[in-house]
Amino acid sequence: MGDFIPFLFNGLSISSILLLTAIGLSIVFGMMGVINFAHGEFIMIGCYSSYIVSLVLGSEGSWLTLLLAFILSFILSFGIGYLIERLVIRKLYARPLDSILATWGISLILQQLARNIFGSNNVDAPMPKILSKGWEVTEDITLPFNRIFIILFAVLVCLFVYYFIYKTPKGRILQAVMQNRSMASCIGINTKKADAFTFSFGCGLAGIAGICISMLGSVGPSTGQNYIIDTFLVVILGGIGGLRGTILGALLIGISSPFIENFTTSSMAKVIILSLVLIVLHYKPQGLSPMKDRTID
Amino acid sequence: MFEIKNLTAGYSNESSAIHNINISIPKNEICSIVGSNGAGKTTLLKSIMGLMPSKSGEIIFDGQDISKLDSEAISQLGVAYVPQGRMIFPYLSVEENLLLGCEVRKMNLKKALEIGYDYFPDLKEIRKRKGGMLSGGQQQQLAIARMLVIDPKMILLDEPAEGIQPNVVQEIGRILQKIALDLNVTVLLVEQFVSFAINLSQSYYFLQGGEITKESRVTKDNVHSIVKSIKL
Repeated sequence: MGDFIPFLFNGLSISSILLLTAIGLSIVFGMMGVINFAHGEFIMIGCYSSYIVSLVLGSEGSWLTLLLAFILSFILSFGIGYLIERLVIRKLYARPLDSILATWGISLILQQLARNIFGSNNVDAPMPKILSKGWEVTEDITLPFNRIFIILFAVLVCLFVYYFIYKTPKGRILQAVMQNRSMASCIGINTKKADAFTFSFGCGLAGIAGICISMLGSVGPSTGQNYIIDTFLVVILGGIGGLRGTILGALLIGISSPFIENFTTSSMAKVIILSLVLIVLHYKPQGLSPMKDRTID
Repeated sequence: MFEIKNLTAGYSNESSAIHNINISIPKNEICSIVGSNGAGKTTLLKSIMGLMPSKSGEIIFDGQDISKLDSEAISQLGVAYVPQGRMIFPYLSVEENLLLGCEVRKMNLKKALEIGYDYFPDLKEIRKRKGGMLSGGQQQQLAIARMLVIDPKMILLDEPAEGIQPNVVQEIGRILQKIALDLNVTVLLVEQFVSFAINLSQSYYFLQGGEITKESRVTKDNVHSIVKSIKL
C-alpha cells in the first residue's frame, strides 16, 4: 500500500504529459482526419521555445521566463503549423497516405533544422526554482512540484480546449466544418480559413506540451520522436473525434504504465500496454469513447 | 428576378446531368421544379449553390452571374440552401445549428432566435438536443429555420417533403408560403411530390432526363390540370 500513492502519482504525471501531447493531435487527427507525423516536431518546437527564452533572459528560471516560454511556444508552433497547412497539408486533405509521407518528410526537415540551429546536443531549459523542489508527504514519499504543476496545467489546458471548441462561436464554426464541410460552406463559413486555423491550433497545443516536457529534463532535436507513438496510441485508444476519449485514453495508458512496470521491465511494460490496446481495438475498433455516429438520412 | 440561362452541369456519363436549362423566377415567388429520381433536380440545385461546377451557361442572381463563385460567396450573397438529407450538423445542438449562420454574419443572435422559434415553435422545446438525435420532420424544420434566420433573399429547397409525415408536410408547405410573403424571399422548390409542390407555386418546370420538357405559370384555374398532366 505504501507504494500505491507514488505509483498513482507517477501514473497521473505520465497521463498528464500524454494528455498534453495528445490533445492537439486529437484535434488534427480526430477532427480533421489528417495523420500528422510531424506532431512530435511541434512538441520539439515548444521544447526549444523555452530554451530560446532562457538564451534571452538568462538561464536563471523564473515564473516570468516560464510564462514567456508558454506564449512563445504557442506562437511559434501555431505559426509554423499555419505555414505548413498553407503550403502542404491543404493539398492533401482526403489523401491520408500522401499526408503520412509528406508530414514524415516535414518531421525530418524540422528535426534537421533544429540540429542546424541549436546543435545536436540536448539542451536544458530553465524553470522556476520552486518547481525543482518537492512536497514531502511522508518520509519516503516526495511528490515533485514540477510534476504537480504539469498535472494541474494539463487539467487547465483541457478545460480551455473544451471551452473553446464547445462554448465559443469560433469553436462551433470549427466543429461545423469538421462535421459537414460542404454544408458549412453553404451557410457562409470560410472552410479553408477554418481548416488552417484548426490545424495550426492543434500544432500550437503541441508546442505548449513541449514546454511541460522541457520541465522534466534536457530536450533535443529528437525529443518529439519519443512521444509521437504514445500520442497516437492515446488518440486511437480513446476514440477519434472527442475530447473525452482522449482524456480517457491518456489516463488509462498513463496510470497503468507504472503499475505494469512494477512487476516487469519497462520495455516489457510497453509490449503489454500495446497488446492491451490491440485487444481493446479488436473489440471496439472505434476506440473507447467514439463520437456517436448516427447517420442522418 | 432569378434567372438561369443555358445551364449545363453535372458529369456527362451520369444520367443526372442537366443540359441547356433555362429558368426564370420573378422576385418573391415560389417556383417548383418537379421530376423523378435522376432527372437532374439535385444537380441543378447543387450547381446553383456552387457545390458542383457548371460547364456552361449563366446563373443570374441579383443582377450578377454567380455560376463561377464558390458556395461560401453565394451564401454570403443571400442564397440559402436546404439540401436533400437536411445536413444538420449532428453534434451541434438545435440552437447551435440555428445560430451558426448568424454568428458567421455577426447578426443579432437574440433576434434570430425569435424569428426561428416564431416560425417553428416546436424547435424551442428541443433547443438543447443534438441535431443528430432529431426525427426527420424536426430536422427538416431545423434546416428551414437555419436558412430563415440569416435573412436570405432566396431559398433553395431539395425535396422538403421526402420521408416526412403528411401532417408535417402540410405544415412545412404553409410555412413556405408564409415565408415567401412575409420575408420577401424567392423560393426554388425541387420536389417529386407533385401536388404538394404545384399547389404552393406560382410557376413550375418539369424536368425530364436533364431537360425542361414543360413549364408554365400556375393559377387557381389550371393547378388541377397541371397536377394531373404530370406523370413521373
